Amino acid sequence: MVAQYLFFLLAIVAVVAALGMLLSRNPVTSALWLILNLFCIAGLYLTLNAQFIAVIQVLVYAGAIMVLFLFVIMLLNLAALPALQMVDVKRGFAFILAMGVLAELAYIVARAVDALPAPVAVDAAVENGSAGTIAKVLFTQYAMPLELVGVLLLVATIGAVMFAKRRFA
Amino acid sequence: MDISWYLELSAVLFVIGVLGVLLRRNVIVILMSVEVMLNAVNLTLVSLSQSMGDPAGQVLVFFAMSVAAAEAAVGLAIVIALFRGKQTVDITQINLFKY
Repeated sequence: MVAQYLFFLLAIVAVVAALGMLLSRNPVTSALWLILNLFCIAGLYLTLNAQFIAVIQVLVYAGAIMVLFLFVIMLLNLAALPALQMVDVKRGFAFILAMGVLAELAYIVARAVDALPAPVAVDAAVENGSAGTIAKVLFTQYAMPLELVGVLLLVATIGAVMFAKRRFA
Repeated sequence: MDISWYLELSAVLFVIGVLGVLLRRNVIVILMSVEVMLNAVNLTLVSLSQSMGDPAGQVLVFFAMSVAAAEAAVGLAIVIALFRGKQTVDITQINLFKY
């Protein structure tokens, strides 16, 4: 019962924060709304008993990635872009397209939810979300992808440095 | 808690991310919208993984987060390089490949 109230609270705050990111004119305000959204998703992972992913979410997303975003925004010293003078046709079309995607996703979820197997018991879910279970799979069955992700992060670091040094026309 | 609520919530968050990519003009806000979309998909994966008792979904989320970190680093480096050349982050002004 408590988990149910917690889910609706976190879900409403997450959607409001995402809309705040979408609608605020200042990029710093957008980034702060996005940090609230990421923390809410970490809380939702906790309501699913996925402790390891919740901790990683706070560390990697709300910590590392958002610090990078805020650092770049403040480095570039951005002001808000001037507002559009009129609503153009392309934006209206984009809005209609996005609502179509939403309707399609909602329809698919509503259709597919009956085909799902019954959810496992709570203590099995707690066991499934613990760091030990994930580490056991990660370092045996998925050891090769793990090493490749390490190489990917190295390449991304070198690529980021090279791009930031280059000058575009 | 029924799993379909989590799936509907992630559909809503994904569409908010799509709207951010389509409607906003600031490149940094567009990158942040992409992060929202990635998070929506991660929420779907974790909820189904926990519902079915299979840790493989959470391993995939772990890899997706690593790739998202790399994507953010490279994307923001491209934004810095573009800003040094063009002095703007408005995507309507950035059209190097147009002609």
